[in-house]
Amino acid sequence: MSKQLTNWFRFASPQTFYPLAGKMIPVFWVLAVLFGVAGLWMGFFVAPTDATQGEGYRIIFVHVPTSWMSMFIYLVMAGWAAMGLSLNARLSSMMAQALAPTGALMAFLSLWTGAFWGKPMWGTWWVWDARLTSELILFFLYLGFIALQASIEDPRRADKAGAILALVGVVNVPIIYFSVTWWNTLHQGASVSINKSPSMAMTMLWGMLLMALCLWMYSIAVALTRVRAIILERESHTEWVKQLPETKVEVAA
Amino acid sequence: MNWNSAAEFFAMGGYALYVWGSFGACLLAFVVEPLLIRQRHSQAVRTLRRQTAAEQLEMENP
Repeated sequence: MSKQLTNWFRFASPQTFYPLAGKMIPVFWVLAVLFGVAGLWMGFFVAPTDATQGEGYRIIFVHVPTSWMSMFIYLVMAGWAAMGLSLNARLSSMMAQALAPTGALMAFLSLWTGAFWGKPMWGTWWVWDARLTSELILFFLYLGFIALQASIEDPRRADKAGAILALVGVVNVPIIYFSVTWWNTLHQGASVSINKSPSMAMTMLWGMLLMALCLWMYSIAVALTRVRAIILERESHTEWVKQLPETKVEVAA
Repeated sequence: MNWNSAAEFFAMGGYALYVWGSFGACLLAFVVEPLLIRQRHSQAVRTLRRQTAAEQLEMENP
């Protein structure tokens, strides 16, 4: 038992995690492409035309997955940040740092695709409605987290300050999710929910789920790549980093 | 199959700007982000190599 536990904790050190992440990245890229091709095929060629929105509804296949990911990545980021704060584990804080830009990108794409969907259907790119505004706040929370960490010189202090910001911001995630039921908004209700059957055709649902899986795999691949860069930047003073095959300099004879 | 021709597919029932504006932005983002990260990683590797080389030089010619 204790041996297994120590084995597991071994991966919590940047030194063991760096090569492991390098091996995992291609796997997630392959999965992302497979799910993406399947999802796009379902979304454009299998899912039928919508009765009221025509072909315009197909924006759903990127809008809903990016919105889900923007919220989900935030929760994962806050979780890693909390772990970094409570266990003082630097790899956890690096993971939080690596997720933030991808989360911000997802939030931005959610707002962007939402605007491109709102214009033809509601007649406006933007309204200050509960769902849209809370998603915009999520985008700013990501930017705030990145900016705060960048502004503090000492990385360990930056981790702590960022973690507190990330944890306070968690309260915004349920607000986004339930905004469509709590307030009277222009935005439609949840397309998929746990307690009732989905209000859409099965093929549309599958297209959406496949695209969500694609973005999930993409996010993991990208976050792992970024955390490897962060490890090199932050551990540059250590001996193991200098001994890596890619950073080693051959001594000229 | 929803489409009778490629032109019909690209027209998206009159919603071409909105559908392709959304998918295009996502595609662009998911191509650019990995490229930027790759650049960041190789930048970190270059900095490290320079550092090590400088240290070695210092050791050889104190």
